Amino acid sequence: MGKSIVIVCAKDELTKIRQFVADELDRHKIPDLQAHKLVLAVDEVCANLIIHANNCDPVNKIELDLEFSPKQIIFTFRDKGVGFDINQYESPSMDELISTRRQGGLGLLLVKRIMDKIEFSTEKNYNICRLVKTIA
Amino acid sequence: MVNIEKEKKDNIHIIRVSGEVDAGSSIHLDNAFKEGMEAGESHIAVDLTNLAYISSAGLGVFVSYLDEFELKKIKLVLFGVQETVRQVFDILGLEKLITIAESEEQAIEKLNG
Repeated sequence: MGKSIVIVCAKDELTKIRQFVADELDRHKIPDLQAHKLVLAVDEVCANLIIHANNCDPVNKIELDLEFSPKQIIFTFRDKGVGFDINQYESPSMDELISTRRQGGLGLLLVKRIMDKIEFSTEKNYNICRLVKTIA
Repeated sequence: MVNIEKEKKDNIHIIRVSGEVDAGSSIHLDNAFKEGMEAGESHIAVDLTNLAYISSAGLGVFVSYLDEFELKKIKLVLFGVQETVRQVFDILGLEKLITIAESEEQAIEKLNG
């Protein structure tokens, strides 16, 4: 059975979700450097869901489930905000970010580079985003 | 939570960042850069020795100033980057765009060089 946490859509909940994921990865003996990257990817998806999909509305909630198997870790996010498929999003290039002096745009690029598989679906009014990381 | 302290050492403006920089706290890092710009600083060193975590929101702050710094000939060097944080810079290739020194002494040398 996996472990779950529910947060409300407020930016100060990010600390809580990072701690939850870090604790679980530590419990499953995931090495520090890899754990740090996975915590980052989860943080980026959550920040995106909080800010863009749910407009920082603390009435809305995000549920995160973690599932560990010997070969992979699956992170599943469920929320009812505006649906957004990360796979359809084309991250801006670094040159573009520099020249436009934009601060946003790097988060989903990090998620794509850290995770092995990203899936998006909708089910009974819920958006479901699954991040899969293969472990050695 | 992030904590930011500023210090002046000769001609160098040092910004010491500790704690965690995420989507909720990156505004403080941005403000520190803004203040440095407004004060006309031309040599900026950022001490990340006690920075345990940075997300894209914080990295975005660095990236968003690169163009202006180049235009205004402002030198920027980071130092004391922990291995866990360093790998995040590497994932995005930021180590090719931002000068990273090992120590404060080396950062000052690079800024004065």
